[in-house]
Amino acid sequence: MSAVQTTTETKTGGSPPSGLSEFWFYFSRNKGAVIGLAFFLVILFVAVFAPFVAPHSPSIQNRELLLLPPVFSEGGSWGHILGTDAVGRDILSRLIYGARFSLFIGLVVVTLSVVSGVLIGLVAGYFRGRVDTAIMRVMDIILAFPSLLLALVLVAVLGPGLLNAMIAISLVNQPHFVRLTRAAVMTEKTKDYVIGSKVAGAGTLRLMFLTILPNCLAPLIVQATLAFSAAILDAAALGFLGMGAQPPTPEWGTMLAEAREFIQRAWWVVTFPGLAILITVLAINLMGDGLRDALDPKLKRS
Amino acid sequence: MLRFIVGRLAVLIPTFLGVSLIAFSFIRLLPGDPVMLMSGERVMSPERHTELMQQLGLDRPMYIQYFDYLTGLLTGDFGSSIVTKRPVLDDFLQLFPATLELSLCAIIVAIALGIPAGVLAAVKRGTWLDQSLMGVALVGYSMPIFWWGLLLIIFFSGYLGWTPVSGRISLMYFFPQVTGFMLIDSLISGQAGAFKSAVSYLILPTVVLATIPLAVIARQTRSAMLEVLGEDYVRTARAKGLSPFRVIGVHALRNAMIPVITTIGLQVGVLLAGAILTETIFSWPGIGKWMVDSVFKRDYAVVQGGLMLIAAVIMIVNLVVDLLYGWINPRIRH
Repeated sequence: MSAVQTTTETKTGGSPPSGLSEFWFYFSRNKGAVIGLAFFLVILFVAVFAPFVAPHSPSIQNRELLLLPPVFSEGGSWGHILGTDAVGRDILSRLIYGARFSLFIGLVVVTLSVVSGVLIGLVAGYFRGRVDTAIMRVMDIILAFPSLLLALVLVAVLGPGLLNAMIAISLVNQPHFVRLTRAAVMTEKTKDYVIGSKVAGAGTLRLMFLTILPNCLAPLIVQATLAFSAAILDAAALGFLGMGAQPPTPEWGTMLAEAREFIQRAWWVVTFPGLAILITVLAINLMGDGLRDALDPKLKRS
Repeated sequence: MLRFIVGRLAVLIPTFLGVSLIAFSFIRLLPGDPVMLMSGERVMSPERHTELMQQLGLDRPMYIQYFDYLTGLLTGDFGSSIVTKRPVLDDFLQLFPATLELSLCAIIVAIALGIPAGVLAAVKRGTWLDQSLMGVALVGYSMPIFWWGLLLIIFFSGYLGWTPVSGRISLMYFFPQVTGFMLIDSLISGQAGAFKSAVSYLILPTVVLATIPLAVIARQTRSAMLEVLGEDYVRTARAKGLSPFRVIGVHALRNAMIPVITTIGLQVGVLLAGAILTETIFSWPGIGKWMVDSVFKRDYAVVQGGLMLIAAVIMIVNLVVDLLYGWINPRIRH
């Protein structure tokens, strides 16, 4: 990043912009990214304050109002804006609570796969040789399976459930971070500043974590956003297949699985949970595109 | 080139061993007694347990069991289903054409629409056309396809009544399986309406499965095109007075295709993962649905064999893509 900052500083002149304001300058030029960020903040807010935002409890069943249509279609009422499901639970409230699960899944999966992926990739890229070969072969093996299939089978071994789904998804996501970190470390390692610190007597750990790693972060941040949205999609897919969160958890994929049999009778039970997944994933991907534009020095010059 | 091929093959061997080790350990990592899991018998006397243990070779040291498993794989023995007792390989070969047909149709649709969309967006960079094409592509990329499939069923099968909900072809038609591809077999059979029926069953699953690869290919084509369009040789071609169509279609597109081909190769895994969801929604009788059903039926021998076979397919396709890539782009060989 330091190299990038110097080029922009010379361009703008005057007082050098701080890293954050410089980042915001490029990020905000991408309108989609700003919209994505706004949506994401709303979803985050709703998830954090779910008990205050949700009009009803996500689990209370109203036996008198089964499969009530949403307010804008015939027979709907303001009491249940997005209607109710087959056992009379308020769909909007379930979606609001579901946001907690999806964001939590994304956060846990990204943390697990980034931490493990970066550590392994750093070791592989820094030490090279046999360690590197061994690590990369293991990653090739994980990548030889379709991610969803491997996650499905892992969950079959560990037992269905949200926690196991998260572990499985982290494991199948992590090779991407290993590869990315390794590639970045390999290019950085031969640069003068690294050799400089080495000559100055910096130890291995210092070189790895303090000298090299901060300069490899840009592609990792972009990949982390992509992994965040991919994790939400995969967890929902596992939930949909009945291998993720188990009913009556208001997880969006699980809600879709429960709604499948009402596909011909009650379109809203099927439509809204999927729409929630799509909007959340789309918002995060929009942010990811903006982050890439803001962090990729190649694009900045244009 | 030969050295390149040999090098790629050599890398494949440890991967194959690793994949087989995962498939081998899978059934032994499952909670529960492996003898019961592999025989499918729920209640058994201790004598029967010992007998089965010997029969299945589970009483022998782990490394010998693995070695036996490996030799089995190399002779085409991928185990037998616990439920139906049929060899896993037979079921796989029976069901694979359905998945292959669906995946091929999906990738053809994705390439046929994705590349032109990407080129158009790059050429018209910054215009409303570029923005809407890329907007649609990002929505496609973010799509939960299992939900997308349900929506299409609600609209096209339920509301309009145009397409059937599930299966591969109407039960009215019956003809011998020649290629395993319903589109081709229905044509060979010469039955009136059979081909049309096959197409109507195929169309929605194809759209669903093509969605993500289409979006990825369009995005990748656009960025590869943008990079190439800024190159000196493209400017030279323009300066020479070549028609824009020739500059873009011949000079730029050729070089822009190199990263796009890699992307297309990477879609194989995406397609197979997508097939799991697509086939489940549309009850498409392919290997994706077979794997999900087997997980639910606890037919772990099938899951183990299927895991190995699917990984083998992906490894072979990746090898072919790698070789093709080395052939197109000689720089990569060194």
